[in-house]
Amino acid sequence: MTVFILRRLAQTLLVLLITSVLVFGGLFMIGDPVEILVNPSADQIEKERATKALGLDKPLHEQYFGFLRGAVTGNLGNSFVYARPALEVIFERMPATLELAFLAMVIAVVLGIPLGLYAGLRPHSVVSKTIMAGSILGFSLPTFWVGLILILVFAVTLGWLPSTGRGPTTDVLGLQLSIFNWEGLRYALLPAINLALFKLSLIIRLTRAQVREQSLLDYIRFARAKGLTNSRVIGVHLLKNILIPLVTVVGLELGSVIAFAVVTETIFAWPGMGKLVIDSIFQLDRPVVVAYLMVVVFMFIMINLVVDLLYSVLDPRVRLAEAKG
Amino acid sequence: MMSRSPLLQVAGLRTEFATREGVLPAVADVSFDLARGEVLGLVGESGSGKSVMGFSILGLIDPPGRIAAGSIVFDGVELVGAAPESLRRLRGKRIAMIFQDPMMTLNPVLSIETQMVETVLAHDDTPRAAARQRAIEALGQVGIAAAAERIHQYPHQFSGGMRQRVAIAIALLHKPDLIIADEPTTALDVTVQGQILYEMQKLVRESGTALVWITHDLAVVAGLADRIAVMYAGRIVEMGDAAAVLDAPCHPYSRGLLDSVPAATRPGARLRQIRGSTPSLLSLGPGCAFRERCDRATKACAAMPPLTEHDGRAVRCVHPLELA
Amino acid sequence: MSAVVAPVAVVETPWLRFRRQFAESRLALLGLALLAVVVAIALLAPWLAPQNPYDLAKLDLLDARLPPGARAADGMTYWLGTDGQGRDMLSAILYGLRVSLYVGVASGVIALTLGAVVGVLAAYLGGRFEQIVMRVVDIQLGFPAILVALILLAVLGKGVDKIIIALVTVQWAYYARTARSAALVERSKEYIEAARALGLSAWRIVLRHLLPNALPPLIVVGTVQVAHAIALEATLSFLGLGLPPTEPSLGLLIANGYEYLMSGKYWISVYPGIALLVTILSINLVGDQLRDVLNPRLSR
Repeated sequence: MTVFILRRLAQTLLVLLITSVLVFGGLFMIGDPVEILVNPSADQIEKERATKALGLDKPLHEQYFGFLRGAVTGNLGNSFVYARPALEVIFERMPATLELAFLAMVIAVVLGIPLGLYAGLRPHSVVSKTIMAGSILGFSLPTFWVGLILILVFAVTLGWLPSTGRGPTTDVLGLQLSIFNWEGLRYALLPAINLALFKLSLIIRLTRAQVREQSLLDYIRFARAKGLTNSRVIGVHLLKNILIPLVTVVGLELGSVIAFAVVTETIFAWPGMGKLVIDSIFQLDRPVVVAYLMVVVFMFIMINLVVDLLYSVLDPRVRLAEAKG
Repeated sequence: MMSRSPLLQVAGLRTEFATREGVLPAVADVSFDLARGEVLGLVGESGSGKSVMGFSILGLIDPPGRIAAGSIVFDGVELVGAAPESLRRLRGKRIAMIFQDPMMTLNPVLSIETQMVETVLAHDDTPRAAARQRAIEALGQVGIAAAAERIHQYPHQFSGGMRQRVAIAIALLHKPDLIIADEPTTALDVTVQGQILYEMQKLVRESGTALVWITHDLAVVAGLADRIAVMYAGRIVEMGDAAAVLDAPCHPYSRGLLDSVPAATRPGARLRQIRGSTPSLLSLGPGCAFRERCDRATKACAAMPPLTEHDGRAVRCVHPLELA
Repeated sequence: MSAVVAPVAVVETPWLRFRRQFAESRLALLGLALLAVVVAIALLAPWLAPQNPYDLAKLDLLDARLPPGARAADGMTYWLGTDGQGRDMLSAILYGLRVSLYVGVASGVIALTLGAVVGVLAAYLGGRFEQIVMRVVDIQLGFPAILVALILLAVLGKGVDKIIIALVTVQWAYYARTARSAALVERSKEYIEAARALGLSAWRIVLRHLLPNALPPLIVVGTVQVAHAIALEATLSFLGLGLPPTEPSLGLLIANGYEYLMSGKYWISVYPGIALLVTILSINLVGDQLRDVLNPRLSR
């Protein structure tokens, strides 16, 4: 088991390294941030001073190695725009994105699994067909457009929920989070629903497909032949088999939700990492973009690792194979 | 013959499946009795309806299938149309079933302990520890060594033969009156087959449980069954005392089955097989289902022969082979 | 013995069976019909649109932000209203549909070809090559698509070809993985061994056997991916990356209308959104049924 984890960590470092090279090199080509940051009417001396101050006068590979040296100590450079360590800027915004992603996943799972279960157990009922039709719709609607419609309907027309921004925060375990108080929740609800819709549809469809597939298998019939109640057959035998692939998907989708928050945060003006990175791309604030990618890629890989570990905990066939091997 | 009423009375059972191409009569007009402690061998090829027969008794026919007609009386209680809860209470407690492939029938992600204890607790209100003890004893009974340790393991950690023993142990947990075994040895190696057969024989004799052994292999039921019923295309075509049927079958199909066993021919002689192939249940005409493959068929076979009983032997044929 | 002749069943070719099974779902048929309409519109846009939205000379700022049904000075009806520059929404949507569809399908086809070739080759050649390729695929799939596309477009800039490159980069890995799995299943079958023993060239085996068998799952993946690509392109355009304002896709149109939402001029964003929705929905409906029909595991 430890060998497995160590090997994974080594792979993580490799991937991070490759990513940093690609991103660093790529961003180098987009343009001159000095043009954006410095007053266009400034003269050449001003521009040169700014260039020197930002370290942009050095050749590319020197800049990169400087970056690497800093990275080892946890310093990924200073933001051009905020004149503060890029990592600091990102970590400041991270709780906002994470709480949104978390809320979205909770909505998707809590609603998705029961709905998918029902649609799988009674595939021909009207309710099931409605659920499936709804899931295709949720799958096909582009997230950003749904966000617009949500704002239009709930904020502009009905006025029930606020349209943009993040609500007041409370201190939870040392982090400033807004979803644990009612007012903050009101602000978070629309963007979270927006983010959740796609995943909700995915989970409904996956659960239903799994139920349909597993219900045909012999062990279900055997369980009924033993005289077990229906609720036990479905709630224990079927569910445990379904949860294994489901957990894998949910875990992987969590990473995708964090990335996709970029869009939702832009529409709802939610002050998270996503909005930050979009702004940074347009402002050519390279350190922030690079730092963001490093952080997100790292989180992604960690999530994958946890999912793999969870999989081996849940599925006894995998667990014992690894123990032997 | 004992004057007690039969344990199981099946009369005119008809189980259908609604498919896109029409209604499929998997079991049609099946009637038989089973006494307490009796072993019935239900023999037939795939598609003969024997498995569906087993599931029908347990009420495990799901849509698009349904029991269309007939009655199944178990210990005086009518099972067809009974309330689902009363059927559930019977299953596993008074009627148990053993399936063909134990790898597929045991849930791969639950431990053996979980799967056995839940069976006990589904019908008896005993503390968990007592249930576990019962389970360990049952495992010991079927010959699984170190049962107390192995009970914590998972199905894939057992060999095929061991898994089937576990399935048998589960079936015996509540000491049922009737066990339906659907091809329990088909998926196993020949040597293991022999062991399981022996175990089953011993257990059944010791506990007086009635057994319906469903198989396509005549050799398997030869030493085990008291009576044999041969099924073809959803109907019983011959039924009688096991030794008698095997010695001198009356129905041409049973004769064909016996003749096709390799042991019946001299070494070097050609193997005998029944010509033609099993008809599709959807395209059966009104007459005897076997007539296309029968050398004795005449115009009289264009009408479905009734199951006629004579001297303890029931045959569904208008030209049966003579009893010796 | 007189035998009763059993009725001979009508021979159903695989194609006929496929058509019959596909038609079992009315939703799928609806999707197919919608899709046909969408494609037809996209192809015929220049002839269907009442106005060429890119012809700057025709635009009149005085006509800007008119609600649906309003009339222009020259008598033309703006069926779906006008946008911030006075463009007829209907025409803009028709042309936008064209661009969106073109980008989605083009990137899908290129990604499929690329991914299929790589995947099948990896399955056939095995060894080091396969390991390296699949590692790359896994890493690529481990990245969220939107991030990859974001960075690529930030680097490459705007343009139809650039966004196609970005979309292909994001998608090819799915095709590669699917193609490889399907080809692996096929490769282990005995007739491939026989073919190799007969000395058939690798290319022939790959082209005539492995590739055709990888096709059904690839088609299923393809429909879903094209829908995703269209949605992704719309999202990227909305964020301001990818397509230039001279060739607006539906996403860009929606973005342009965003600022007018609050003031009640919903039509500038909502109608392009509906067009986008119908396109993606129809592709998904068709793709869904395709997946069910081509899935060997569901008993039919």
